Amino acid sequence: MSKNTLKQVKTRREMSKAEWTWFLVRKNKMAYFMVAPFMILFFLFTIIPVFFSLILSFTSFNMLEVPKFVFMDNYITLFLDDDLFLTALKNTLIFAVIVGPSSYIISFAVAWFINELSPKVRAFVTLIFYAPSIAGNVYLIWGTMFSGDQYGYVNGFLMKLGLIDAPILWFKNPAYIMPLCIMVALWTSLGTSFLSFIAGLQGINKSLFEAGAIDGVKNRWQELWFITLPSMKPQLMFGAIVSITGSFGFGGIVSALAGNPPVDYVGYTLSHHLSEYSGTRWEVGYACAISFLMFLMMIGANLLVTKLISKLGE
Amino acid sequence: MRKLRTRRHQVVLNRSAGGDVGITVVLVIMGIFMFIPMYYTVIQSLKPLNELFYFPPRFIVEHPTFNNFSTLFNLMSDSWVPFSRYIFNTVLISVAGTFGNLVLSSICAYALAKIDFPGGKQCFWIIQKSLMFSATVGGIVNFIILSKIGWIDTYLAVIVPAWCSTMGLYLMKQFMESNITTEILESARLDGASEFRTFWSIAMPMVKPAWLTLIIFSFQGLWNMGSSEYIYSEQLKTLNYAIGQITAAGITRAGASAAATVVMMVVPITVFVVSQSNIIETMGSSGMKD
Repeated sequence: MSKNTLKQVKTRREMSKAEWTWFLVRKNKMAYFMVAPFMILFFLFTIIPVFFSLILSFTSFNMLEVPKFVFMDNYITLFLDDDLFLTALKNTLIFAVIVGPSSYIISFAVAWFINELSPKVRAFVTLIFYAPSIAGNVYLIWGTMFSGDQYGYVNGFLMKLGLIDAPILWFKNPAYIMPLCIMVALWTSLGTSFLSFIAGLQGINKSLFEAGAIDGVKNRWQELWFITLPSMKPQLMFGAIVSITGSFGFGGIVSALAGNPPVDYVGYTLSHHLSEYSGTRWEVGYACAISFLMFLMMIGANLLVTKLISKLGE
Repeated sequence: MRKLRTRRHQVVLNRSAGGDVGITVVLVIMGIFMFIPMYYTVIQSLKPLNELFYFPPRFIVEHPTFNNFSTLFNLMSDSWVPFSRYIFNTVLISVAGTFGNLVLSSICAYALAKIDFPGGKQCFWIIQKSLMFSATVGGIVNFIILSKIGWIDTYLAVIVPAWCSTMGLYLMKQFMESNITTEILESARLDGASEFRTFWSIAMPMVKPAWLTLIIFSFQGLWNMGSSEYIYSEQLKTLNYAIGQITAAGITRAGASAAATVVMMVVPITVFVVSQSNIIETMGSSGMKD
C-alpha cells in the first residue's frame, strides 16, 4: 500500500527518462488505439512493400519457387544489359524534368494570376483549370482530337486550311508522341498542388503587401519575389512534392493514347517497364529492382527540391 | 508619398495596366486550351451519327440528341457483363473505400494532431515522407501480400488499401492542428469526456471542411480508377475500365465513348463545384513546415 502510494506521487524529476516515457504511454493509451487501425494498414500496404521490394530486388524470384539470392545481378543487368530499361529511364527523366517543373510553374502562375479576381470569377476559373485533372479519363478525348484519320479535329482543320494533304497519324509517329503526351500531361496536371497554391495565396496577410508598397516594392513582380513566395513556402513545399511524385510515375497517358508499348518505344517509361516485368513476365526480383530504383529517384528528387525551397528567400 | 494613394482608407498596390492586360490575355488563352477538350467531349456526346462524320469536323452540334447515351447502355446491356454492373462496381468501391478512409484517417489525424504521446511525431514523419513516392513502387509486394491474405480478385483488394491512403490523413491532421484550439479540448477532458468522445463530439464538427475535402479526394481517386492488377474477373471491373474498352473500338463508337466519358466526369465535377470553398479552406493549411 505505502509502496504504491509512493510510486504515484513520484514526480517528473524523480523518474528516469524511460519511466517517464512509459508513464506517458500509459496515460495516452487511448491515442494508440486511435492511430493503430490506420497505421497498421499503412505499414502493411505502403511501408512493408517498399522494404520487401528492396530485399526481393537482390533475388531471382518467379512467385512459385523460393527466391534465390543473386546480390546485385538484377541491378547490373538493368544498367548493362537491358537497353529497354535505359530507354525507359531516359524517357522517365525527360517526362519528369519537363512535366514536373512545368506543371508546378503553371499551377503557381495560374493561381497567382487569378488571386486578385473577385471570388465568383475566381471560383469559375478554378473550375475550368482544375476540371481536367479530376474528370476521369477525359484525356482520351485527345486521342479523338488527334486521331489519325480525317475525322480527327486537328487533321480535319489542317487539311481544310491546306497545310497538309493527308491525315497525320499523330500518336503513331515517333516525332509527335512525346510532345503530345507532354501536352496532355500538362493539361491534366493542375490538380492538388494548384488548389494548395490558390489557398496559400488567399491566406497571405494582406497587410504584408501594404507594408511592402510603403517600403518601396515597385511592381507585382517584386512583390511576388520579396513577399508572396517567401510567405507561402509551406504550400510551395507541399505542391512540389505532389508534382514530383506524380511526374516520376508517368505512363498511364502514354499507354492510353499511344498504346503499350508505343511505336519504337518512344514515350516508353519506367512504369511500363515495371508492369512488363511484374505483370507479364513474372520476374518479380527484377521488377522489384526497377521499382526500388523508382522509389530512390522519387525520394531523391523530392528531398533535393524541398531543400531548395526551404532556402527560398533566405 | 506619391505611391501611397489611398482610397477608402486602403493602400492601393502597385499594379500596372500593362501587366493586368498581359495576365488576362495569357489566362484567356490558357483557359481556352483547358476548356476546348472538355467542351468537345460534351459536344461529341450530343452529336447524332451523321454529324460525327462531317468533314471537316464541326465545333457545334446542329441537332443535339441523347441517342449516344441510350446506345451506351444498350451496347453494354447485351454483353456478358451489363453496363450497370460496372457502374455498381465503381460506386461500391468508391463509397466503401472513401468511408473507411474517412473513419480511419480522421481518428488517426486527431490523435496525431491533438494528443502529445510518445511515437506520435514519428508516425506523422513517416506519413509525410510517404507522400514522396507513389503507390506503384510497392505494387508487386502488395500483390504478394494481398494474395497471401486471399483477397486477390475480390473487391477487398482495392477497397482496403484505399483506407490507408495518406493524402487525406495529411490534410486532415494539418487542418486540425491549425483549426482546433487546445483549450476547448482541455475543457472537455476536464469535464470527464473520454478522448474518443472529445474527438467525436467536439473535434469532428469543427473540421467539416477537412472531412469534405478528404471525401472528395478519396472519392475522385477511386471513382476514376481503371483496371487494377489485383482484379481479373470481368464482373468486378470498373466503369473507367469499361469506358476504355468502348473507346478502344475507335471511330465507330466515337459518340458512345464520348457519352461514357461525360457520364464519368459529371460526378467528380459536380461534387467539386458544390464543395469548392470547403476544399480551398482545407488546402489553406496543407503547407509543409520542414
